[in-house]
Amino acid sequence: MSLTLDAIRLGARSTLPFLLGVPLLWLASSHVSSFVEIILITAAINIVLAVSLNVVNGLTGQFSLGHAGFMAVGAYTSAKITMAFRTTDILALPPTVSDQVVFLLALAAGMATAAVAGFLVGMPSLRLGGDYLAIVTLGFNEIIRVIIENTAFLGQATGIAGVARRTNLIWAGTGVIAVVAMARRLAGSTHGRALLAIREDEVAAEAMGVDTTGYKVRAFMISSAFAGLAGGLLVHLIQLCTPRSFTFVKSIEVVTMVVLGGLGSVTGSVAAALVLTISLEALRELQQYRMVMYSLLLIVLMLTRPSGIFGSRELWDMMPLRRRRSALPDGGASAPSSPLDANADEEP
Amino acid sequence: MIEFFQHLVNGISVGTIYALIALGYTMVYGVLKLINFAHGDIYMVGAFTGLYISQMLDVDERPSLAKAAVVFVGSMTVCGALGMIIERFAYRPLRHRPRLTALITAIGVSFLLEYGFQLPPIGNGAIAFPPGPTPRFFPEPFRRVDFEPLGIHISNYDIVSLGVAVGLMFALQFIVYRTKFGMAMRAVSFDPNIAALMGVNVNRIIAWTFGLGSALAAAAAILVAGSRPTINPLMGLMPGLKAFVAAVMGGIGNVPGAMLGGLLLGLTEEYVSGYLLSSYRDGIAFGLLILILLFRPAGLLGTMRPEKV
Repeated sequence: MSLTLDAIRLGARSTLPFLLGVPLLWLASSHVSSFVEIILITAAINIVLAVSLNVVNGLTGQFSLGHAGFMAVGAYTSAKITMAFRTTDILALPPTVSDQVVFLLALAAGMATAAVAGFLVGMPSLRLGGDYLAIVTLGFNEIIRVIIENTAFLGQATGIAGVARRTNLIWAGTGVIAVVAMARRLAGSTHGRALLAIREDEVAAEAMGVDTTGYKVRAFMISSAFAGLAGGLLVHLIQLCTPRSFTFVKSIEVVTMVVLGGLGSVTGSVAAALVLTISLEALRELQQYRMVMYSLLLIVLMLTRPSGIFGSRELWDMMPLRRRRSALPDGGASAPSSPLDANADEEP
Repeated sequence: MIEFFQHLVNGISVGTIYALIALGYTMVYGVLKLINFAHGDIYMVGAFTGLYISQMLDVDERPSLAKAAVVFVGSMTVCGALGMIIERFAYRPLRHRPRLTALITAIGVSFLLEYGFQLPPIGNGAIAFPPGPTPRFFPEPFRRVDFEPLGIHISNYDIVSLGVAVGLMFALQFIVYRTKFGMAMRAVSFDPNIAALMGVNVNRIIAWTFGLGSALAAAAAILVAGSRPTINPLMGLMPGLKAFVAAVMGGIGNVPGAMLGGLLLGLTEEYVSGYLLSSYRDGIAFGLLILILLFRPAGLLGTMRPEKV
């Protein structure tokens, strides 16, 4: 009896955000202008990127610099699939329905291939820990670019043009719901506890019997899969799939968002991605100063407030009501310290 | 056979450049355990400093060997100072924070240099700074003479740059292993706290290590810029990354390892792209890095230190 109840509760927890969110998105998408819609979709894609990167960089305390590489894997996979099924209707469904089903399958395939890429990259580098992941992921980002530019099947440097426009507010919003639900549920799970333990002290975690490499690789695969999803959404928005969209610069943009929002804070990443996307849209004339601003932001932030705007807290941790409740033991045992506070006594 | 030797010559000339840049990475990593991402961009700044100095000296119109030496030394000095300034204001305040903080700052500094140099020039002075995104011509400091012994193409630039690079590496080897400063540097690299207790001024040693590494990067930049026609603000990105790969290959923190790694990477790149996959050149280094990390994570000359708790 209780088993079925648990199953129902579990199912409800996983599906409720979607059941509530999708109708709202549908409502919203019919009320906004196409200009606002494009900005919102861009922001949504950036949120998916930032939150998924936060799983590795914030929650696990590793440092990945090649998120755009995994984005590219997902983007090319899904673009290739939608291009292949452009004219055929699967299962004799009406064309509009068939298109959506194909898009869903393409996104899923993109996530799967990105996760496989994440496994291949993560396996050798996560074993070593430290700074190696940063440099290997960065290298992977470059390798992916070189491979794409040399493969005729993937359109080389010009890329794949004429990708159908499939991404709308509903798809992008569902992606956001999925990634936020994933991150929150992950952080609260056994798996998430293990990741936090690794972040706080890897040696101690290992001594407590946590399979550190295994957990790190799995977290990295989840993060890569969602990067692949963001890539798929992006190319079906701009209708063009070129290696120029997935350079090192894109990876750094995502890192800036995560660091600005606070490493380890899901809502922080969401807020930072929203603010950066919208403010960049507003400051379009200052496009050439964009990367200079990003870099200054990174430096100043690290020197003055290295834990980001939110630290590792969530939005609701800061609400007065919540603070009173969690202030009982030692000022909120549920909020672990930021990854940047951990290991502070490490060698300089 | 001629092709084989031609690749050998090219590989060595690229490899010595990687080695010079890799030395800066490896020394900084040795003393601070920090991947100085901005190092590749200091290399770029070195090239532009060289360009500005040659414009001031009018090298384009009247090249001479003395002016070439001034450009070389001037650029090394400016970049050495820049390295020390970056260390003082961006990395030193973060010394006692976790390493991740400094790594992110290093990425920030790197992007600030790359994109700061791409901004349109300020004012209308004779010397346009920042240079802007378009590639610039670097004046030839002396006349180019090409030789073809046994059909292998070599220019006097290759010979000079090989000679200078090898000379600098010997000088560095001397500094690190035969002087008091080098001994202090190795002590800091071994354990900064104990070194401080023994009377080593750790801050000064770290600052000078940055200066030394940055000066070597500037030297590499002038050697490259002299023989290739153009320089641009993003020129440091790829050589920087590859030099880091070279440093890891040789064993990061290990000075002879960086030289070996640089040469090995230059030769591998040249042979693999020459005989097998010419258009995959930029991917080779990273493929090699992943292989090395799989089989010998401490690098070729590095020793794995067990982690103590």
